[in-house]
Amino acid sequence: MVKPKVQIENLRLSYGPKEVIHGISFDIEPNEILGIIGPAQSGKTSLLRCINRTIEFTAGAKPTGTIRVDGEDIAKMRNVYELRRRVGMVAPLPVGLPLSIYDNVAFAPRAAGMKKKSELDTLVEKCLTQAALWDEVKDRLDSLGTKLSGGQQQRLTIARALSHSPEILCLDEFSIAIDPVTTMRIEDVLKVLKKEMTIILVTNLVQQARRLAARTMFLWNGEIIELGPTEQLFGDKPKDKRTYDYVNGIFG
Amino acid sequence: MSAHTDITPQATFAETPFTRKKRTQELIAKCFFGGMAALMVIPLIYIIVHVVAQGWQSLSWDFLTTNPRLGGAKGGIWSVIVGTLYIVTFSLCVSAPIGVLAAVYLNEYAKESWFTRIVNLAVVNLAGVPSIVHGLFGLGAFVYAAGMGKSILAASLTLAIMTLPVIIASTKEALAAVPRQFREACWNVGATRWQTIRRIVLPNSISGILTGVILQVSRAAGETAPVMITGVAVFKAVEGTGLFLYDPFREQCMALSMHLYFIATQASNVAPSLPFAIATVMIVLVLAVNATAIAFRSWLRSRKKW
Repeated sequence: MVKPKVQIENLRLSYGPKEVIHGISFDIEPNEILGIIGPAQSGKTSLLRCINRTIEFTAGAKPTGTIRVDGEDIAKMRNVYELRRRVGMVAPLPVGLPLSIYDNVAFAPRAAGMKKKSELDTLVEKCLTQAALWDEVKDRLDSLGTKLSGGQQQRLTIARALSHSPEILCLDEFSIAIDPVTTMRIEDVLKVLKKEMTIILVTNLVQQARRLAARTMFLWNGEIIELGPTEQLFGDKPKDKRTYDYVNGIFG
Repeated sequence: MSAHTDITPQATFAETPFTRKKRTQELIAKCFFGGMAALMVIPLIYIIVHVVAQGWQSLSWDFLTTNPRLGGAKGGIWSVIVGTLYIVTFSLCVSAPIGVLAAVYLNEYAKESWFTRIVNLAVVNLAGVPSIVHGLFGLGAFVYAAGMGKSILAASLTLAIMTLPVIIASTKEALAAVPRQFREACWNVGATRWQTIRRIVLPNSISGILTGVILQVSRAAGETAPVMITGVAVFKAVEGTGLFLYDPFREQCMALSMHLYFIATQASNVAPSLPFAIATVMIVLVLAVNATAIAFRSWLRSRKKW
């Protein structure tokens, strides 16, 4: 039995008086791609933000329960910035920081104290290559990240998330701003990255979860309806009828 | 011929009574709003033309560079200009750093709580307090209670208190204009709040912050009421025409706003063009400061990165 990478126990989250995640528990195995599917407002993004503790920046958000990364309770971690470097996050809408392309990718390593130009150069090239962006921008690394197209900015965002060598990579609907061809290229990258890190893939494209994830979780209204091998959820006989309806697009 | 052939491009775009009416309405609205906008310009032009025309005779290089004599009735206004510069500079040195840092705290660090609510309430209400009340506060707090006496220091601190809330409000606005998603992107990669502020928030809001600060400079330069009771003298004879005419910690000084008030209403045997000459100098100084602010802002905006 492999030790789980992330253990979530009875996680509840409320914004003010409104509870949006109602006590969910599950484990994430190391080096797996876990797909999370579910309609809007089901708590997918909130769940991810609990894992890297950026939920703390939302006024009134109050998570309870335990989240462990490598067995360590994240609520008790003193160095929350270290946690956020270990848990990479890609938001649904691309955010190019108002810096050059190079500085966008070098931002996190610099914030963590890396100064050597040669190390930064290597890292920037590696991350941009992994995010399938290097060939398009290698001649203009000095131009502004905000001037890139939406799809390019999204890949820049992915490169930035990879720049601090996360152990866990959370992708929150990363493909809504990218064309299908680029999406496929990044999906190929994810299959390779799986060897180095654990990937949590929140997606509205149920077929994307099917292509990439070994296990998939169906989250609905802050509760886990079903969590199991992807083929089980997408097969003819998932455990819960709602899963069948959702993945086949006949959800009411 | 079937019916639908009537809809030719010519017919579609032809003038009808309905479109003609729309166009007339549009024209009337445009002229009306444009006229209102033009109305704004008329007083400004009138003031400048009138003041400059009336004061022209008294304006000369000597007027600007010599000190006043005989209670201000004769001589120039050099020491008066320097006094205004002293007061404005010292007040700015106090209000700009405190105001900007307080705004950074309120906008970037503070969570919504009773404390921030009280601070924000104080900022809004202080900004609405009349300037003479600020003057009375300065008189009680700085001149008497703190024992500074009527001095440049007391007057500067009074002006600093007066401009502080507006600087805080305008800085907060400039900071809030930086999209929150930039901050979240930084936090997501493990940057601290300070790293986020230094690398992303401040570089992208500095133009707005400086604009707010500089506009308060011109406001401070023009105020009469708060300084006349805390440290500006009606007349003060000084030696020399350098920049270091006053001891800011002990002495009072003269200031343009007060000098204009006095010359225009209290002094006798004054050339009729003299008050207008002083007013011209004030207007030119304030407009110069504002023009610098506008030029600086547009330069910074051209470097803005999103």
